[in-house]
Amino acid sequence: MQNLSFDIAHLLAGTMLVLSFLLLYQDRVTAVLNVFALQAIALALSVAWQSIAQNAPHLIVTALVALVVKGFIIPAALHRIVRRLEIHREIEQVIGGGPTMLTGLGLVALSILLVQPVGESAGTIVREDLAFALAVVLLGLLMMITRRNAVTQIVGFMSLENGLVLAATGAKGMPLVVEFSVAFSILIAFIVFGVFIFRIRERFDTVDVSALDTFRGERRDHT
Amino acid sequence: MSALDTYALEVLLLIPAIAVPVLALVSDYRKGAIINVIACALTFGAGVALLFAARTRSELLIVDDFNIFFVVLTTFVGFTTSIFSATYIAHEIEIGRITPAFLRFYHAMFQAMMGAMNVALVANNIGLMWVGVEVATLSTVMMVGIYRTPEAIEAAWKYFILGSVGIGLAFFGTILIYLTAQEVLGDGVAAMSWDLLAKNAGRFDPRMMSLAFVFLLVGYGTKVGLAPFHAWLPDAHAEGPTPISAVLSGLLLNVALYALLRFKMVLAANPATLNVGAIMMALGLISLSFAAFMLYRRRDIKRLFAYSSIEHMGIATFAFGIGGPLANFAGLLHMTMHSLTKSAIFFAVGHVAQVKGTQRIAEIGGLSVTHPVLAVGFALGVVAIAGLPPFGIFASEFMLVSSTFARQPVLAVLLMAGLLVAFGALVLRLQDVAFGAPKGPKDPVKASYVPLFLHIALVLIAGVWLPGEVVTWFRAVAKLLG
Repeated sequence: MQNLSFDIAHLLAGTMLVLSFLLLYQDRVTAVLNVFALQAIALALSVAWQSIAQNAPHLIVTALVALVVKGFIIPAALHRIVRRLEIHREIEQVIGGGPTMLTGLGLVALSILLVQPVGESAGTIVREDLAFALAVVLLGLLMMITRRNAVTQIVGFMSLENGLVLAATGAKGMPLVVEFSVAFSILIAFIVFGVFIFRIRERFDTVDVSALDTFRGERRDHT
Repeated sequence: MSALDTYALEVLLLIPAIAVPVLALVSDYRKGAIINVIACALTFGAGVALLFAARTRSELLIVDDFNIFFVVLTTFVGFTTSIFSATYIAHEIEIGRITPAFLRFYHAMFQAMMGAMNVALVANNIGLMWVGVEVATLSTVMMVGIYRTPEAIEAAWKYFILGSVGIGLAFFGTILIYLTAQEVLGDGVAAMSWDLLAKNAGRFDPRMMSLAFVFLLVGYGTKVGLAPFHAWLPDAHAEGPTPISAVLSGLLLNVALYALLRFKMVLAANPATLNVGAIMMALGLISLSFAAFMLYRRRDIKRLFAYSSIEHMGIATFAFGIGGPLANFAGLLHMTMHSLTKSAIFFAVGHVAQVKGTQRIAEIGGLSVTHPVLAVGFALGVVAIAGLPPFGIFASEFMLVSSTFARQPVLAVLLMAGLLVAFGALVLRLQDVAFGAPKGPKDPVKASYVPLFLHIALVLIAGVWLPGEVVTWFRAVAKLLG
């Protein structure tokens, strides 16, 4: 039984890591959003499994928040923004796919090297979960660095945050985890809300339509 | 003991919590400003009462010698800033830069930020403290973007993204600390309490703690504005309303540094962990030297003093990195003095920018001819921040330099070089702004000078004579910091 619970936790955390890699080389914004939604669902499953394995029913709340908010509501909202801003085909990578993937691999190796010797006294489940979580966090950071587009930057941040929730739920009996995951969701909602306000208003809140057109034309030239 | 003493802690946290919805509902901005001042005054009163109340601890909250002083300082600067803010926004409404609807939001956010900072300071739980810092960041982000110019939105966005990554990494560090403590203290709230962490740190796994501290340093260091994580700071200071620049520099940076110091105390209790002091010294020196040179190329007056904040937070971080009773004493004094002086400067700069209608240094000149009283306040503030006697910053910098010379002579040379470079830049800019040919409008200022001169008077008094109680308190805390 111990082994099975161990394997399932690994399988789910590993799925999240693989999805993080998928996020790195997607070149369409809509594809990025879909992969992110999948990652959020994997996170929800992983948290739900932790809730059963640790016998901690309150973690179900965290799993539900992850599933509903990050798996469905936020990707849907971002899809809407992308369609309204007409940026669904834009590719904005600072570094190309190949080097990014190699850097990503390096980061995974780094997180394993960092956590393995450090957590010797901690249980193996905790330690390996932590390595997965750290890798997801670092890949999220890498994604934020390699993308210039606001929407993909947000996805990078949310993926980073998925890693944090994975680490927090993996820590046995950590108090206030549910509150943290809710606080994070509020933070993300604020960010998405901020994109709505900052970016859309900035471009559409003008009466002069021709000014709006030149503005958009200018954006295309740059990107 | 009176009833006020007993409930001071609850009052301190409840007033902002009540004021946020009230201010969101009040539509008249004058009433909103008055309520804001009253709420800040009451919070300050609760902070002072707490000073005389017994030191307590519970699972979530703690009042000890270390944080009580920051509570008093934070609520005091919050109170004076609310007075300044009342006169400042009246002018902004007049020239139409802000609409009354936005002011409702502004006042509510001001109280949310004050409340969140108090939560972060009195939290006994590393998670609760993290939540306080996060909420304070969010509310300031909203206020930085309030002018809605493209620059302000850009600044708010940058602050948002960098601040979020910072608090994200700090959270990972928090989880690691919990995991380490959990092995010794067991599951649950105990493994996240400051006092229990510090007491039992000797039994924790040192390697795990070192790893955690790296994340905490990068995370909270972003909020302190240490180079190279400082990119958000100048933009957020320059593009937001000036009262927000004053509280950002004077308070929020302090709260973030307070968080780092708490973790440093935990690590210091375990000798096998990595050398936290050396890392903090390096980051502090880098911030100081970098910001000192950046001061020369600044054309925007608020951006200039934002870089000066990076410089001074670097000095304080360096002081705590050196450690030992004298340097820690200097660091605490420096944080306090910088908080008072920098907010005073932003009060002055806010009025200067309003009467001249610009933040560009090139277009501000001859302030001593056009607005003599304001010029005196501004000049005194700049002289104080540049580290000239008889002001308090001179005292703290002098203590730090002499303690560094005794222990790390090479670093003391670098420290002195940074201080002198920054001094030169500030004196040059003071020349441009306060003296020279008068430029720009000469309309009289409609301003309250009370907060500005009150802060400068306090800094002056602290430089000449520190009360015995304060010295004893600083010594006790300096010893705690190790």
